[in-house]
Amino acid sequence: MTLAAALRRHWVPVAMLSPSIVLIGIFVYGFIGWSLRVSMSEWQGLMPDYTWAGLSNFAELLNDRRFHIDIRNTLVFTTFFIGGCVGLGLLLAVLLDRHVPGEGIFRSIFLFPLAISLIVTGVAWRWLMNPSTGERTTGLNLLLDTFGLNALMNAWHTSDPPIGIAFVALPAVWQMTGFTMALFLAGLRAIPEELKEAARVDGASELQVYRRIILPLLRPALLSALIILGHLSLKVFDLIVALSGKDIRLDVPAIYMWTTTFDANNFSRGAAIGIYMLVSVAILVVPYLVWSLRRETEL
Amino acid sequence: MSYPIPPATVAPRPRRLALPGRWGGRPSVGSLVKFLLLAALAVFFLLPLWVMLITGLKPFADVHLSRMWELPSGIYLDNFMAALRALGPHLLNSIQLAVPAAILSSLLGSMNGYILSKWKFRGSDLIFTAFLFGMFIPYQSVLIPLVQFMNTINPAGGIQGLILVHVVYGIPITTLIFRNYYATIPNELIESARIDGAGFFGVFRHIALPLSLPGFAVVLIWQFTNIWNEFLFAIVLTRPASWPVTVALNNLAGSQIVEWNVQMAGALLAALPTLVVYIVLGRFFLRGLMAGALKG
Repeated sequence: MTLAAALRRHWVPVAMLSPSIVLIGIFVYGFIGWSLRVSMSEWQGLMPDYTWAGLSNFAELLNDRRFHIDIRNTLVFTTFFIGGCVGLGLLLAVLLDRHVPGEGIFRSIFLFPLAISLIVTGVAWRWLMNPSTGERTTGLNLLLDTFGLNALMNAWHTSDPPIGIAFVALPAVWQMTGFTMALFLAGLRAIPEELKEAARVDGASELQVYRRIILPLLRPALLSALIILGHLSLKVFDLIVALSGKDIRLDVPAIYMWTTTFDANNFSRGAAIGIYMLVSVAILVVPYLVWSLRRETEL
Repeated sequence: MSYPIPPATVAPRPRRLALPGRWGGRPSVGSLVKFLLLAALAVFFLLPLWVMLITGLKPFADVHLSRMWELPSGIYLDNFMAALRALGPHLLNSIQLAVPAAILSSLLGSMNGYILSKWKFRGSDLIFTAFLFGMFIPYQSVLIPLVQFMNTINPAGGIQGLILVHVVYGIPITTLIFRNYYATIPNELIESARIDGAGFFGVFRHIALPLSLPGFAVVLIWQFTNIWNEFLFAIVLTRPASWPVTVALNNLAGSQIVEWNVQMAGALLAALPTLVVYIVLGRFFLRGLMAGALKG
Protein backbone atom coordinates (compact mmCIF):
# COMPACT_ATOMS: atom_id res chain seq x y z
CA MET A 1 0.00 0.00 0.00
CA THR A 2 1.40 3.37 -0.95
CA LEU A 3 1.51 6.14 1.59
CA ALA A 4 -1.26 8.01 -0.20
CA ALA A 5 -3.47 4.93 -0.20
CA ALA A 6 -2.72 4.32 3.45
CA LEU A 7 -3.67 7.87 4.27
CA ARG A 8 -6.87 7.57 2.27
CA ARG A 9 -7.76 4.37 4.04
CA HIS A 10 -6.94 5.69 7.47
CA TRP A 11 -7.80 9.33 7.61
CA VAL A 12 -11.47 8.77 8.45
CA PRO A 13 -10.79 6.36 11.36
CA VAL A 14 -8.04 8.61 12.70
CA ALA A 15 -10.30 11.64 12.43
CA MET A 16 -13.12 9.84 14.24
CA LEU A 17 -10.77 8.68 16.97
CA SER A 18 -9.13 12.05 17.44
CA PRO A 19 -11.69 13.62 19.82
CA SER A 20 -11.00 10.81 22.30
CA ILE A 21 -7.25 11.07 21.76
CA VAL A 22 -7.40 14.78 22.51
CA LEU A 23 -9.63 14.32 25.57
CA ILE A 24 -7.52 11.54 27.07
CA GLY A 25 -4.40 13.47 26.15
CA ILE A 26 -5.59 16.48 28.12
CA PHE A 27 -7.55 14.97 31.00
CA VAL A 28 -5.20 12.08 31.74
CA TYR A 29 -1.70 12.81 30.49
CA GLY A 30 -1.85 16.60 30.41
CA PHE A 31 -3.32 16.81 33.89
CA ILE A 32 -0.80 14.32 35.28
CA GLY A 33 1.96 16.54 33.89
CA TRP A 34 0.30 19.61 35.37
CA SER A 35 -0.04 17.87 38.75
CA LEU A 36 3.63 16.98 38.58
CA ARG A 37 4.42 20.65 38.02
CA VAL A 38 2.23 21.68 40.98
CA SER A 39 3.93 19.05 43.14
CA MET A 40 7.27 20.74 42.38
CA SER A 41 6.02 24.19 43.27
CA GLU A 42 5.54 26.19 46.46
CA TRP A 43 1.82 26.60 45.96
CA GLN A 44 0.21 26.99 49.38
CA GLY A 45 -2.88 29.12 49.54
CA LEU A 46 -5.75 29.99 47.26
CA MET A 47 -3.66 31.68 44.57
CA PRO A 48 -1.53 29.45 42.35
CA ASP A 49 2.19 29.87 43.00
CA TYR A 50 4.45 28.03 40.58
CA THR A 51 7.73 28.99 42.22
CA TRP A 52 10.10 26.10 41.61
CA ALA A 53 10.53 23.90 44.68
CA GLY A 54 12.19 20.84 43.14
CA LEU A 55 11.44 17.62 44.97
CA SER A 56 11.08 19.24 48.39
CA ASN A 57 7.39 18.35 48.72
CA PHE A 58 8.17 14.70 48.03
CA ALA A 59 11.05 14.75 50.51
CA GLU A 60 8.93 16.38 53.21
CA LEU A 61 6.27 13.71 52.85
CA LEU A 62 8.86 10.99 53.39
CA ASN A 63 9.58 12.54 56.80
CA ASP A 64 5.97 13.30 57.56
CA ARG A 65 4.44 11.30 60.42
CA ARG A 66 0.95 11.53 59.02
CA PHE A 67 2.13 10.12 55.69
CA HIS A 68 3.82 7.26 57.54
CA ILE A 69 0.51 6.47 59.26
CA ASP A 70 -1.18 6.58 55.85
CA ILE A 71 1.26 4.09 54.38
CA ARG A 72 0.90 1.75 57.34
CA ASN A 73 -2.90 2.02 57.18
CA THR A 74 -2.87 1.29 53.45
CA LEU A 75 -0.71 -1.79 53.99
CA VAL A 76 -2.91 -3.11 56.80
CA PHE A 77 -6.08 -2.40 54.85
CA THR A 78 -4.69 -3.99 51.68
CA THR A 79 -3.65 -7.15 53.53
CA PHE A 80 -7.06 -7.76 55.08
CA PHE A 81 -8.99 -6.56 52.05
CA ILE A 82 -7.17 -8.75 49.53
CA GLY A 83 -6.89 -11.68 51.94
CA GLY A 84 -10.61 -11.53 52.67
CA CYS A 85 -11.75 -11.10 49.08
CA VAL A 86 -9.50 -13.83 47.70
CA GLY A 87 -10.16 -16.31 50.52
CA LEU A 88 -13.90 -15.81 50.69
CA GLY A 89 -14.25 -15.42 46.91
CA LEU A 90 -12.42 -18.69 46.31
CA LEU A 91 -14.53 -20.46 48.92
CA LEU A 92 -17.75 -19.19 47.33
CA ALA A 93 -16.59 -20.12 43.84
CA VAL A 94 -15.65 -23.66 44.90
CA LEU A 95 -18.94 -24.08 46.75
CA LEU A 96 -20.95 -22.83 43.79
CA ASP A 97 -18.99 -24.66 41.12
CA ARG A 98 -20.59 -28.02 41.62
CA HIS A 99 -24.29 -27.74 40.95
CA VAL A 100 -25.80 -26.34 44.08
CA PRO A 101 -29.57 -25.95 44.16
CA GLY A 102 -30.40 -22.26 43.91
CA GLU A 103 -27.02 -21.46 42.38
CA GLY A 104 -28.34 -18.49 40.41
CA ILE A 105 -29.91 -16.92 43.49
CA PHE A 106 -26.76 -17.40 45.54
CA ARG A 107 -24.62 -15.83 42.83
CA SER A 108 -26.94 -12.83 42.63
CA ILE A 109 -26.82 -12.37 46.40
CA PHE A 110 -23.02 -12.46 46.54
CA LEU A 111 -22.75 -10.05 43.61
CA PHE A 112 -25.34 -7.41 44.43
CA PRO A 113 -23.09 -5.29 46.71
CA LEU A 114 -21.02 -4.48 43.60
CA ALA A 115 -23.94 -2.51 42.23
CA ILE A 116 -24.09 -0.27 45.30
CA SER A 117 -22.21 2.95 45.99
CA LEU A 118 -19.37 2.79 48.51
CA ILE A 119 -21.07 5.74 50.20
CA VAL A 120 -24.19 3.64 50.79
CA THR A 121 -22.01 0.81 52.08
CA GLY A 122 -20.20 3.18 54.41
CA VAL A 123 -23.42 4.63 55.81
CA ALA A 124 -24.96 1.21 56.45
CA TRP A 125 -21.81 -0.22 58.02
CA ARG A 126 -21.12 2.74 60.27
CA TRP A 127 -24.31 1.72 62.08
CA LEU A 128 -23.58 -2.01 61.87
CA MET A 129 -20.11 -1.42 63.32
CA ASN A 130 -21.32 1.13 65.85
CA PRO A 131 -19.06 0.94 68.92
CA SER A 132 -21.55 2.27 71.51
CA THR A 133 -21.88 0.24 74.69
CA GLY A 134 -24.49 -0.26 77.40
CA GLU A 135 -27.97 1.07 76.62
CA ARG A 136 -26.92 2.23 73.18
CA THR A 137 -25.37 -1.07 72.08
CA THR A 138 -26.46 -1.70 68.52
CA GLY A 139 -25.56 -3.20 65.16
CA LEU A 140 -23.29 -6.23 65.03
CA ASN A 141 -22.43 -5.87 68.72
CA LEU A 142 -26.10 -6.14 69.62
CA LEU A 143 -26.44 -9.19 67.40
CA LEU A 144 -23.38 -10.83 68.99
CA ASP A 145 -24.75 -10.01 72.44
CA THR A 146 -28.11 -11.56 71.59
CA PHE A 147 -26.45 -14.79 70.50
CA GLY A 148 -24.29 -14.90 73.63
CA LEU A 149 -21.09 -14.14 71.73
CA ASN A 150 -20.18 -11.21 73.99
CA ALA A 151 -16.51 -12.10 73.71
CA LEU A 152 -16.57 -11.03 70.08
CA MET A 153 -18.09 -7.61 70.74
CA ASN A 154 -15.61 -4.87 69.99
CA ALA A 155 -15.10 -1.31 68.84
CA TRP A 156 -14.72 -2.31 65.15
CA HIS A 157 -13.31 0.47 63.00
CA THR A 158 -12.94 2.73 66.03
CA SER A 159 -10.51 0.29 67.69
CA ASP A 160 -7.01 1.52 68.45
CA PRO A 161 -4.64 1.64 65.47
CA PRO A 162 -3.89 -0.37 63.52
CA ILE A 163 -6.81 -2.66 64.38
CA GLY A 164 -9.39 -0.06 63.35
CA ILE A 165 -8.27 0.16 59.73
CA ALA A 166 -8.29 -3.65 59.54
CA PHE A 167 -12.00 -3.57 60.35
CA VAL A 168 -12.58 -1.09 57.52
CA ALA A 169 -11.70 -4.02 55.30
CA LEU A 170 -14.84 -5.83 56.52
CA PRO A 171 -17.36 -3.73 54.55
CA ALA A 172 -14.86 -3.57 51.68
CA VAL A 173 -14.69 -7.36 51.59
CA TRP A 174 -18.48 -7.50 51.82
CA GLN A 175 -18.65 -5.28 48.76
CA MET A 176 -15.93 -6.77 46.54
CA THR A 177 -15.96 -10.50 47.29
CA GLY A 178 -18.52 -11.08 44.55
CA PHE A 179 -15.96 -9.84 42.05
CA THR A 180 -13.32 -12.39 43.02
CA MET A 181 -15.98 -15.06 43.19
CA ALA A 182 -17.03 -14.29 39.60
CA LEU A 183 -13.41 -14.33 38.42
CA PHE A 184 -12.69 -17.66 40.09
CA LEU A 185 -15.97 -19.17 38.97
CA ALA A 186 -15.19 -18.23 35.37
CA GLY A 187 -11.75 -19.79 35.83
CA LEU A 188 -13.17 -22.97 37.33
CA ARG A 189 -15.69 -23.38 34.55
CA ALA A 190 -13.06 -22.95 31.89
CA ILE A 191 -11.26 -26.06 33.15
CA PRO A 192 -12.24 -28.99 30.94
CA GLU A 193 -14.14 -31.70 32.78
CA GLU A 194 -11.94 -34.32 31.07
CA LEU A 195 -8.86 -33.01 32.83
CA LYS A 196 -10.39 -33.51 36.27
CA GLU A 197 -11.89 -36.83 35.24
CA ALA A 198 -8.52 -38.07 34.02
CA ALA A 199 -6.92 -37.24 37.36
CA ARG A 200 -9.69 -39.04 39.20
CA VAL A 201 -9.29 -42.08 37.01
CA ASP A 202 -5.59 -42.03 37.92
CA GLY A 203 -6.66 -42.32 41.53
CA ALA A 204 -6.37 -38.72 42.70
CA SER A 205 -8.59 -37.80 45.64
CA GLU A 206 -10.96 -34.86 45.36
CA LEU A 207 -8.57 -32.76 47.48
CA GLN A 208 -5.63 -33.68 45.26
CA VAL A 209 -7.60 -32.76 42.16
CA TYR A 210 -8.10 -29.31 43.67
CA ARG A 211 -4.53 -28.86 44.82
CA ARG A 212 -2.72 -30.27 41.80
CA ILE A 213 -5.05 -29.49 38.89
CA ILE A 214 -7.60 -26.84 39.70
CA LEU A 215 -5.77 -24.30 41.87
CA PRO A 216 -2.74 -23.99 39.55
CA LEU A 217 -5.09 -23.36 36.63
CA LEU A 218 -6.72 -20.53 38.57
CA ARG A 219 -3.47 -18.54 38.66
CA PRO A 220 -4.42 -16.13 35.85
CA ALA A 221 -7.71 -15.36 37.61
CA LEU A 222 -5.82 -14.85 40.86
CA LEU A 223 -3.41 -12.46 39.15
CA SER A 224 -6.29 -10.40 37.75
CA ALA A 225 -7.91 -10.32 41.17
CA LEU A 226 -4.71 -9.21 42.90
CA ILE A 227 -4.07 -6.40 40.42
CA ILE A 228 -7.61 -5.05 40.42
CA LEU A 229 -8.12 -5.31 44.19
CA GLY A 230 -4.61 -4.06 44.87
CA HIS A 231 -5.02 -0.91 42.83
CA LEU A 232 -8.44 -0.31 44.39
CA SER A 233 -7.04 -0.51 47.88
CA LEU A 234 -4.26 1.95 47.05
CA LYS A 235 -7.01 4.38 46.07
CA VAL A 236 -9.49 3.69 48.91
CA PHE A 237 -11.35 6.90 49.76
CA ASP A 238 -15.17 6.95 49.56
CA LEU A 239 -15.71 4.07 51.96
CA ILE A 240 -13.61 5.60 54.73
CA VAL A 241 -15.16 9.03 54.27
CA ALA A 242 -18.67 7.59 54.57
CA LEU A 243 -17.71 5.29 57.42
CA SER A 244 -15.87 7.70 59.65
CA GLY A 245 -15.71 11.17 58.19
CA LYS A 246 -12.12 12.27 58.51
CA ASP A 247 -11.02 10.23 61.51
CA ILE A 248 -7.25 10.69 61.56
CA ARG A 249 -6.73 7.15 62.87
CA LEU A 250 -8.19 5.81 59.60
CA ASP A 251 -6.26 8.26 57.43
CA VAL A 252 -5.05 7.04 54.02
CA PRO A 253 -3.19 8.89 51.23
CA ALA A 254 -6.39 9.71 49.33
CA ILE A 255 -7.91 11.38 52.39
CA TYR A 256 -4.67 13.21 53.25
CA MET A 257 -4.52 14.47 49.67
CA TRP A 258 -8.10 15.66 50.00
CA THR A 259 -7.79 17.49 53.31
CA THR A 260 -4.40 19.04 52.68
CA THR A 261 -5.49 20.31 49.27
CA PHE A 262 -9.05 21.43 49.74
CA ASP A 263 -9.21 22.16 53.48
CA ALA A 264 -5.69 23.43 54.13
CA ASN A 265 -5.04 24.82 50.62
CA ASN A 266 -1.63 23.17 50.52
CA PHE A 267 -1.90 22.42 46.83
CA SER A 268 1.73 21.52 46.20
CA ARG A 269 1.73 18.88 48.92
CA GLY A 270 -1.64 17.55 47.75
CA ALA A 271 -0.28 17.19 44.23
CA ALA A 272 2.79 15.36 45.57
CA ILE A 273 0.56 12.86 47.39
CA GLY A 274 -1.41 12.38 44.17
CA ILE A 275 1.81 11.65 42.29
CA TYR A 276 2.95 9.17 44.94
CA MET A 277 -0.39 7.41 44.57
CA LEU A 278 -0.03 7.38 40.79
CA VAL A 279 3.45 5.87 40.98
CA SER A 280 2.31 3.12 43.35
CA VAL A 281 -0.61 2.23 41.09
CA ALA A 282 1.55 2.37 37.96
CA ILE A 283 4.09 -0.05 39.44
CA LEU A 284 1.24 -2.50 39.91
CA VAL A 285 -0.74 -1.92 36.74
CA VAL A 286 1.70 -1.12 33.92
CA PRO A 287 3.37 -4.56 33.85
CA TYR A 288 -0.10 -6.11 33.90
CA LEU A 289 -1.26 -3.96 30.98
CA VAL A 290 1.83 -4.83 28.97
CA TRP A 291 1.41 -8.50 29.82
CA SER A 292 -2.28 -8.51 28.86
CA LEU A 293 -1.62 -6.87 25.52
CA ARG A 294 1.36 -9.03 24.70
CA ARG A 295 -0.65 -12.14 25.46
CA GLU A 296 -3.33 -10.82 23.14
CA THR A 297 -0.99 -10.33 20.20
CA GLU A 298 0.37 -13.83 20.71
CA LEU A 299 -3.10 -15.30 20.31
CA MET B 1 -8.51 -9.77 26.20
CA SER B 2 -9.39 -10.80 22.70
CA TYR B 3 -12.92 -11.67 23.63
CA PRO B 4 -14.93 -9.47 25.93
CA ILE B 5 -16.66 -11.74 28.27
CA PRO B 6 -15.76 -15.03 29.79
CA PRO B 7 -18.97 -16.72 28.75
CA ALA B 8 -18.91 -19.05 31.73
CA THR B 9 -19.76 -16.24 34.12
CA VAL B 10 -22.97 -15.68 32.29
CA ALA B 11 -24.20 -19.10 31.34
CA PRO B 12 -24.08 -21.75 34.02
CA ARG B 13 -22.68 -25.04 32.90
CA PRO B 14 -25.36 -27.40 31.68
CA ARG B 15 -26.78 -29.18 34.66
CA ARG B 16 -26.65 -32.87 35.03
CA LEU B 17 -29.81 -34.56 36.02
CA ALA B 18 -28.82 -35.64 39.50
CA LEU B 19 -28.69 -32.72 41.90
CA PRO B 20 -25.55 -33.17 43.93
CA GLY B 21 -23.29 -33.75 40.99
CA ARG B 22 -21.22 -36.78 40.47
CA TRP B 23 -22.15 -38.66 43.58
CA GLY B 24 -25.41 -39.81 42.08
CA GLY B 25 -29.03 -39.42 42.98
CA ARG B 26 -29.43 -38.66 46.67
CA PRO B 27 -28.12 -35.52 48.35
CA SER B 28 -25.14 -36.43 50.50
CA VAL B 29 -24.17 -35.01 53.88
CA GLY B 30 -21.40 -33.10 52.10
CA SER B 31 -23.74 -31.31 49.78
CA LEU B 32 -26.06 -30.46 52.67
CA VAL B 33 -23.16 -28.91 54.61
CA LYS B 34 -22.18 -27.01 51.49
CA PHE B 35 -25.69 -25.70 51.05
CA LEU B 36 -25.97 -24.61 54.68
CA LEU B 37 -22.62 -22.84 54.47
CA LEU B 38 -23.74 -20.96 51.38
CA ALA B 39 -27.02 -20.06 53.05
CA ALA B 40 -25.19 -18.70 56.12
CA LEU B 41 -22.92 -16.59 53.91
CA ALA B 42 -25.92 -15.36 51.95
CA VAL B 43 -27.45 -14.16 55.22
CA PHE B 44 -24.25 -12.25 55.98
CA PHE B 45 -24.33 -10.62 52.55
CA LEU B 46 -27.96 -9.62 52.92
CA LEU B 47 -27.57 -8.27 56.46
CA PRO B 48 -26.87 -4.61 55.59
CA LEU B 49 -29.71 -4.53 53.07
CA TRP B 50 -32.05 -6.13 55.58
CA VAL B 51 -31.21 -3.68 58.34
CA MET B 52 -31.67 -0.71 56.00
CA LEU B 53 -35.05 -2.07 54.98
CA ILE B 54 -36.49 -2.86 58.42
CA THR B 55 -35.15 0.36 59.90
CA GLY B 56 -36.65 2.36 57.08
CA LEU B 57 -40.07 0.79 57.54
CA LYS B 58 -40.36 1.47 61.28
CA PRO B 59 -42.48 4.26 62.72
CA PHE B 60 -40.38 6.90 64.49
CA ALA B 61 -41.67 5.60 67.83
CA ASP B 62 -40.16 2.14 67.18
CA VAL B 63 -36.76 3.48 66.37
CA HIS B 64 -34.19 2.87 69.01
CA LEU B 65 -30.60 1.76 68.62
CA SER B 66 -31.10 -1.15 70.98
CA ARG B 67 -34.00 -2.42 68.86
CA MET B 68 -32.18 -2.31 65.53
CA TRP B 69 -32.87 -5.94 64.67
CA GLU B 70 -36.54 -5.99 65.70
CA LEU B 71 -39.08 -6.16 62.93
CA PRO B 72 -41.20 -3.05 62.42
CA SER B 73 -44.61 -3.19 64.11
CA GLY B 74 -46.22 -2.37 60.78
CA ILE B 75 -45.24 -0.77 57.54
CA TYR B 76 -44.60 2.93 57.95
CA LEU B 77 -43.01 5.18 55.40
CA ASP B 78 -42.09 8.05 57.77
CA ASN B 79 -38.35 7.42 57.44
CA PHE B 80 -38.47 7.14 53.69
CA MET B 81 -40.52 10.31 53.42
CA ALA B 82 -38.05 12.18 55.63
CA ALA B 83 -35.13 10.83 53.59
CA LEU B 84 -36.90 11.68 50.36
CA ARG B 85 -37.40 15.28 51.50
CA ALA B 86 -33.67 15.57 52.08
CA LEU B 87 -32.45 13.58 49.07
CA GLY B 88 -35.24 14.02 46.50
CA PRO B 89 -33.65 16.88 44.51
CA HIS B 90 -30.32 15.08 44.58
CA LEU B 91 -31.85 11.86 43.26
CA LEU B 92 -33.11 13.94 40.35
CA ASN B 93 -29.62 15.41 39.90
CA SER B 94 -28.20 11.89 39.76
CA ILE B 95 -30.68 10.90 37.06
CA GLN B 96 -29.86 14.04 35.07
CA LEU B 97 -26.20 13.15 35.45
CA ALA B 98 -26.04 9.41 34.97
CA VAL B 99 -28.48 8.95 32.07
CA PRO B 100 -26.95 11.42 29.58
CA ALA B 101 -23.40 10.61 30.65
CA ALA B 102 -23.99 6.88 30.12
CA ILE B 103 -25.53 7.48 26.68
CA LEU B 104 -22.73 9.80 25.51
CA SER B 105 -20.13 7.41 26.90
CA SER B 106 -21.50 4.47 25.01
CA LEU B 107 -21.71 6.37 21.71
CA LEU B 108 -18.11 7.49 22.03
CA GLY B 109 -16.99 4.04 23.18
CA SER B 110 -18.70 2.26 20.29
CA MET B 111 -16.98 4.46 17.70
CA ASN B 112 -13.60 4.06 19.41
CA GLY B 113 -14.02 0.32 19.81
CA TYR B 114 -15.02 -0.03 16.16
CA ILE B 115 -11.93 1.83 14.98
CA LEU B 116 -9.51 0.10 17.35
CA SER B 117 -10.72 -3.38 16.39
CA LYS B 118 -11.66 -3.11 12.70
CA TRP B 119 -9.75 -0.09 11.34
CA LYS B 120 -6.42 -0.51 13.03
CA PHE B 121 -3.63 1.74 11.86
CA ARG B 122 0.00 2.02 12.78
CA GLY B 123 0.16 2.99 16.44
CA SER B 124 -3.48 2.24 17.16
CA ASP B 125 -2.60 -0.49 19.66
CA LEU B 126 -0.35 1.95 21.47
CA ILE B 127 -3.17 4.48 21.61
CA PHE B 128 -5.45 1.80 23.01
CA THR B 129 -2.94 0.95 25.75
CA ALA B 130 -2.59 4.65 26.55
CA PHE B 131 -6.37 4.87 26.87
CA LEU B 132 -6.48 1.82 29.15
CA PHE B 133 -3.98 3.28 31.58
CA GLY B 134 -6.47 6.09 32.16
CA MET B 135 -8.84 3.54 33.65
CA PHE B 136 -6.50 2.72 36.51
CA ILE B 137 -5.03 6.06 37.53
CA PRO B 138 -5.89 7.38 40.98
CA TYR B 139 -7.92 10.47 40.21
CA GLN B 140 -6.08 12.29 42.98
CA SER B 141 -3.21 12.58 40.51
CA VAL B 142 -5.30 14.73 38.15
CA LEU B 143 -7.63 16.34 40.65
CA ILE B 144 -5.99 19.74 41.15
CA PRO B 145 -5.67 20.58 37.42
CA LEU B 146 -9.13 19.14 36.84
CA VAL B 147 -10.69 21.42 39.43
CA GLN B 148 -8.84 24.45 38.06
CA PHE B 149 -9.80 23.59 34.50
CA MET B 150 -13.45 22.93 35.31
CA ASN B 151 -13.66 26.13 37.35
CA THR B 152 -12.63 27.95 34.19
CA ILE B 153 -15.04 26.29 31.78
CA ASN B 154 -17.90 25.54 34.19
CA PRO B 155 -17.63 28.09 37.01
CA ALA B 156 -21.19 27.51 38.22
CA GLY B 157 -20.38 23.94 39.25
CA GLY B 158 -23.39 22.54 37.43
CA ILE B 159 -24.18 19.00 36.37
CA GLN B 160 -23.00 19.55 32.77
CA GLY B 161 -19.39 19.78 33.86
CA LEU B 162 -19.66 16.54 35.78
CA ILE B 163 -21.23 14.86 32.74
CA LEU B 164 -18.24 15.91 30.63
CA VAL B 165 -15.80 14.57 33.22
CA HIS B 166 -17.56 11.21 33.48
CA VAL B 167 -17.72 10.87 29.70
CA VAL B 168 -13.99 11.60 29.39
CA TYR B 169 -12.83 9.28 32.16
CA GLY B 170 -15.31 6.67 30.87
CA ILE B 171 -13.53 6.50 27.49
CA PRO B 172 -11.08 3.73 28.55
CA ILE B 173 -13.63 1.22 29.86
CA THR B 174 -16.26 1.88 27.18
CA THR B 175 -13.65 1.65 24.43
CA LEU B 176 -12.34 -1.58 25.93
CA ILE B 177 -15.75 -3.24 26.14
CA PHE B 178 -16.74 -2.25 22.60
CA ARG B 179 -13.35 -3.11 21.13
CA ASN B 180 -13.54 -6.60 22.56
CA TYR B 181 -17.12 -6.86 21.43
CA TYR B 182 -16.40 -5.87 17.82
CA ALA B 183 -13.39 -8.17 17.74
CA THR B 184 -15.88 -11.06 17.69
CA ILE B 185 -17.36 -9.90 14.39
CA PRO B 186 -15.57 -11.88 11.67
CA ASN B 187 -13.32 -9.77 9.47
CA GLU B 188 -14.72 -11.56 6.41
CA LEU B 189 -18.09 -9.96 7.12
CA ILE B 190 -16.50 -6.52 7.15
CA GLU B 191 -14.45 -7.25 4.03
CA SER B 192 -17.42 -8.50 2.05
CA ALA B 193 -19.40 -5.40 2.98
CA ARG B 194 -16.51 -3.26 1.78
CA ILE B 195 -16.33 -5.14 -1.49
CA ASP B 196 -20.01 -4.36 -1.85
CA GLY B 197 -19.05 -0.72 -1.63
CA ALA B 198 -19.70 0.09 2.02
CA GLY B 199 -17.23 2.53 3.56
CA PHE B 200 -16.20 3.28 7.12
CA PHE B 201 -19.60 4.65 8.13
CA GLY B 202 -21.57 2.18 6.04
CA VAL B 203 -19.97 -0.82 7.73
CA PHE B 204 -20.48 0.82 11.11
CA ARG B 205 -24.15 1.54 10.51
CA HIS B 206 -25.17 -1.61 8.72
CA ILE B 207 -22.97 -4.26 10.32
CA ALA B 208 -21.30 -3.16 13.53
CA LEU B 209 -24.15 -1.22 15.15
CA PRO B 210 -26.93 -3.77 14.57
CA LEU B 211 -24.70 -6.50 16.00
CA SER B 212 -23.67 -4.54 19.04
CA LEU B 213 -26.93 -4.04 20.92
CA PRO B 214 -25.79 -6.33 23.76
CA GLY B 215 -22.56 -4.34 23.85
CA PHE B 216 -24.59 -1.18 24.31
CA ALA B 217 -26.57 -2.80 27.10
CA VAL B 218 -23.35 -3.75 28.91
CA VAL B 219 -21.79 -0.32 28.55
CA LEU B 220 -24.93 1.66 29.36
CA ILE B 221 -25.56 -0.35 32.50
CA TRP B 222 -21.95 -0.27 33.58
CA GLN B 223 -21.60 3.48 33.08
CA PHE B 224 -24.97 4.27 34.62
CA THR B 225 -24.10 2.27 37.74
CA ASN B 226 -20.61 3.67 38.14
CA ILE B 227 -21.59 7.27 37.50
CA TRP B 228 -24.56 7.02 39.85
CA ASN B 229 -22.31 5.63 42.58
CA GLU B 230 -19.38 7.97 42.08
CA PHE B 231 -18.37 10.40 44.82
CA LEU B 232 -14.97 12.07 44.38
CA PHE B 233 -15.58 13.99 41.14
CA ALA B 234 -19.06 14.90 42.30
CA ILE B 235 -17.91 16.44 45.56
CA VAL B 236 -15.12 18.52 44.03
CA LEU B 237 -16.91 19.64 40.87
CA THR B 238 -20.47 20.46 41.91
CA ARG B 239 -22.06 23.08 44.12
CA PRO B 240 -24.56 21.91 46.77
CA ALA B 241 -27.61 22.57 44.58
CA SER B 242 -26.21 20.23 41.90
CA TRP B 243 -24.94 17.53 44.25
CA PRO B 244 -25.74 14.02 43.09
CA VAL B 245 -27.24 11.70 45.66
CA THR B 246 -23.96 10.16 46.88
CA VAL B 247 -22.64 13.52 48.04
CA ALA B 248 -25.97 14.49 49.57
CA LEU B 249 -26.19 11.15 51.38
CA ASN B 250 -22.68 11.49 52.76
CA ASN B 251 -23.56 14.95 53.95
CA LEU B 252 -26.75 13.64 55.57
CA ALA B 253 -24.83 10.89 57.34
CA GLY B 254 -22.18 13.30 58.57
CA SER B 255 -24.76 15.56 60.12
CA GLN B 256 -25.31 15.25 63.85
CA ILE B 257 -28.98 16.21 63.73
CA VAL B 258 -30.23 13.63 61.22
CA GLU B 259 -31.43 10.47 62.95
CA TRP B 260 -29.75 7.19 62.03
CA ASN B 261 -33.01 5.68 60.84
CA VAL B 262 -33.43 8.46 58.28
CA GLN B 263 -29.83 7.90 57.19
CA MET B 264 -30.54 4.20 56.67
CA ALA B 265 -33.67 4.93 54.66
CA GLY B 266 -31.72 7.48 52.63
CA ALA B 267 -28.97 4.96 51.94
CA LEU B 268 -31.53 2.50 50.63
CA LEU B 269 -33.12 5.17 48.43
CA ALA B 270 -29.71 6.05 46.99
CA ALA B 271 -28.98 2.39 46.32
CA LEU B 272 -32.36 1.52 44.84
CA PRO B 273 -31.95 2.63 41.20
CA THR B 274 -28.70 0.74 40.61
CA LEU B 275 -30.02 -2.19 42.62
CA VAL B 276 -33.12 -2.42 40.42
CA VAL B 277 -30.97 -2.23 37.28
CA TYR B 278 -28.80 -5.01 38.71
CA ILE B 279 -31.77 -7.23 39.56
CA VAL B 280 -33.38 -6.79 36.14
CA LEU B 281 -30.26 -6.76 33.95
CA GLY B 282 -27.62 -8.39 36.15
CA ARG B 283 -25.96 -10.46 33.48
CA PHE B 284 -25.05 -7.37 31.46
CA PHE B 285 -23.68 -5.75 34.60
CA LEU B 286 -21.54 -8.81 35.23
CA ARG B 287 -20.00 -8.58 31.76
CA GLY B 288 -18.98 -5.00 32.38
CA LEU B 289 -17.44 -6.08 35.65
CA MET B 290 -15.39 -8.83 34.04
CA ALA B 291 -14.25 -6.60 31.18
CA GLY B 292 -12.60 -4.32 33.72
CA ALA B 293 -10.37 -7.19 34.81
CA LEU B 294 -8.90 -7.37 31.27
CA LYS B 295 -9.32 -11.13 31.44
CA GLY B 296 -9.93 -13.02 28.27
